Amino acid sequence: MSSNKETPIKTIGFVLIVCLVCAALVSISAVQLKPLQVANKLLDQQTKILETAGLLDVAGDDIVATFNKYVDAKMIDLDSGEFIEGDPLLFDERRNSRDATKSEKPDNDIAGINRRSNNAVVYLVRNDEGEVNTIVLPIVGSGLWDLMYGYVGLESDLNTVRSVVYSDHKETPGLGAEVMNPKWKALWPGKKIYDDKGEPKVHLVKGGAKANDIHGVDALSGATLTSNGVTRTLQFWFGEEGYKPFIAKYRSSLGKGGVN
Amino acid sequence: MASETNKVLTKPIFDNNPIALQILGICSALAVTSSMANALVMTLAVVVVTAFSNLFISIIRNQIPSSVRIIVQMAIIASLVIVVDQVLKAFSYQLSKELSVFVGLIITNCIVMGRAEAFAMKEKPGVSFMDGIGNGLGYGFILMSVAFVRELFGFGTVFGIEILPLIQNGGWYQANGLLVLPFSSFFLIGFLIWAIRQWKPEQVEKD
Repeated sequence: MSSNKETPIKTIGFVLIVCLVCAALVSISAVQLKPLQVANKLLDQQTKILETAGLLDVAGDDIVATFNKYVDAKMIDLDSGEFIEGDPLLFDERRNSRDATKSEKPDNDIAGINRRSNNAVVYLVRNDEGEVNTIVLPIVGSGLWDLMYGYVGLESDLNTVRSVVYSDHKETPGLGAEVMNPKWKALWPGKKIYDDKGEPKVHLVKGGAKANDIHGVDALSGATLTSNGVTRTLQFWFGEEGYKPFIAKYRSSLGKGGVN
Repeated sequence: MASETNKVLTKPIFDNNPIALQILGICSALAVTSSMANALVMTLAVVVVTAFSNLFISIIRNQIPSSVRIIVQMAIIASLVIVVDQVLKAFSYQLSKELSVFVGLIITNCIVMGRAEAFAMKEKPGVSFMDGIGNGLGYGFILMSVAFVRELFGFGTVFGIEILPLIQNGGWYQANGLLVLPFSSFFLIGFLIWAIRQWKPEQVEKD
């Protein structure tokens, strides 16, 4: 402990050098690893979308090629339900829903998302003949602890559920986190979103759904608040402020018309 | 010399365990022990951060002005933690999604800071590095033990492989919901401390 290293100039100089070295270390690692991180994130997202579309077995190890072959990502305007121009790869729902110019407060925010992005990306999944047989719609809504992000896969009638896959959540392990359980996910295929009047009726049933209930799915045991969150998320996203305008437009463009 | 390095490496595992004897780093031990995979990654992250922060701090220990030494230590530790987090995001995305918050909190893990201040500021770089690894492993030993119990009895699995088939998956085992929640680690760490002190009575504090 020599006394000369305790002068203020030396101390400040030393701190500056340490800061510069540390900053360089952090920046280099952040910049160098960025491409890998972006690729990982995209791969994770594409894996979830393929899982929602039921194509994970087809894909095997080649997620990217399968995704590019079968899945067509399109931007939509949620209020009008129209397809719009835009690069789906650049779209970031989480960033947009914090930006007041690109999002709005829903009138009836049952999903507890606070702000909803004006645009969304929908994924049209084609079969080998090139016909759209599944439409994957991203959803988000409050669970018990935080927002839960996921995807709903609909069959080409835009009413029958093919799958519900959550990708990102912070629910309690063993209780709310059972949204990731394959047994629970297996309850979804074939359920109907809308009733005869076109109202979103899909919901979770505490104590278990009856066998002939086409809108009901068993709630998660011990996770009432997560289950309520899932119900409200689905009812919000398939309601007027969610994908309902898009679904109506898309159906009429197919020349089928009407709901259900 | 070799035996001394060895001692520095192995002593923190049972004789001077950072969690069981020094009672440091408890909070992260509660959070990341719900599954063994998480605990293992957290252990590796803490081993790396403690070892390298000890190494770098020891290298510059004679230059650090003592008036700002804690800040300098923090800067080095924080930088290392960010690098570890970035590496995890790049190479193990799934785990980083679950662990990112806790990896960031390594900065506040008392073990890292404690070793930097108590050991690396006085000792040579080589032995400080080993001390960092040793303390990381001591932390990891407790983490893995707690995670083993929590995952086995809370989820019926070990490293995600089913050992006790759960009732909800058609088996016979009713999962213990208490062990799924973080505070169950308090009991388990308490039992571990008791067990270690039964085995090594010299660790028991005198009244």
